[in-house]
Amino acid sequence: MTLRPAGSPRGNPRDEIILYLASMRAFAISLTRNVAAADDLVQDSIVKAWTHIDKFQPGTNMQGWLFTILRNTFYSDRRKRSREVADPEGVYAATLYEKPAHDGKLVFNDFQRAFDQLSPEHREVLILVGASGFSCEQAAQTMGVAVGTVKSRASRARKRLAGLMGMVEGEDVLDGMDANTTAVMGRSGMQAA
Amino acid sequence: MNQLMSNDPGKSKLNEQIDQNLKRVYDEALNEEVPDRFRQLLDALKKKQAEQ
Repeated sequence: MTLRPAGSPRGNPRDEIILYLASMRAFAISLTRNVAAADDLVQDSIVKAWTHIDKFQPGTNMQGWLFTILRNTFYSDRRKRSREVADPEGVYAATLYEKPAHDGKLVFNDFQRAFDQLSPEHREVLILVGASGFSCEQAAQTMGVAVGTVKSRASRARKRLAGLMGMVEGEDVLDGMDANTTAVMGRSGMQAA
Repeated sequence: MNQLMSNDPGKSKLNEQIDQNLKRVYDEALNEEVPDRFRQLLDALKKKQAEQ
């Protein structure tokens, strides 16, 4: 069940890397917004993790350690190239995100468009804290910044995201109405028009 | 206590929806099949290690 902290480690931590391939890839896609670039990033990160496995402290959060390698590789590559890698054919956007939204308000495609426009730093903090289940402390450790920085960056990222979607806190459709009421009103409004 | 737990209905509802969409973005990527190349890479690294 639980790993004993003392004594010889039960297994080689290298054998655990495989458990995090899917989450590394999801994080890489969140950062790059491009599947080919994400896969190259995961590949480089696996090699780095394998090579520097002695830097991993058994018993600590391996996912966080792998994510740190991955995001450091991403930002360092990005500095080297100093230009954004685009998805010229829009392959990723076209293939992955065609499912219809099921909540009437924040239409998912609109959300993704806004999300894509965020800086990678903003996407990173939102995905780590808002979606991957990392605590602010874990995110801070992964990103190599203070917890306060994580919180303020996440807050700015949310504001930017809301702004990109044309939604302002406390304004318009969200003001004092529940989602169902708003959705119904939106539909009937459209039929009447 | 903190901003995200605010009782302001507009704000918390907006954040709630942002969180739902963020989860969906992440989960869709997470649920994709992991390409074989990564397992093959790990196998190759393991093989190389065994030879050393």
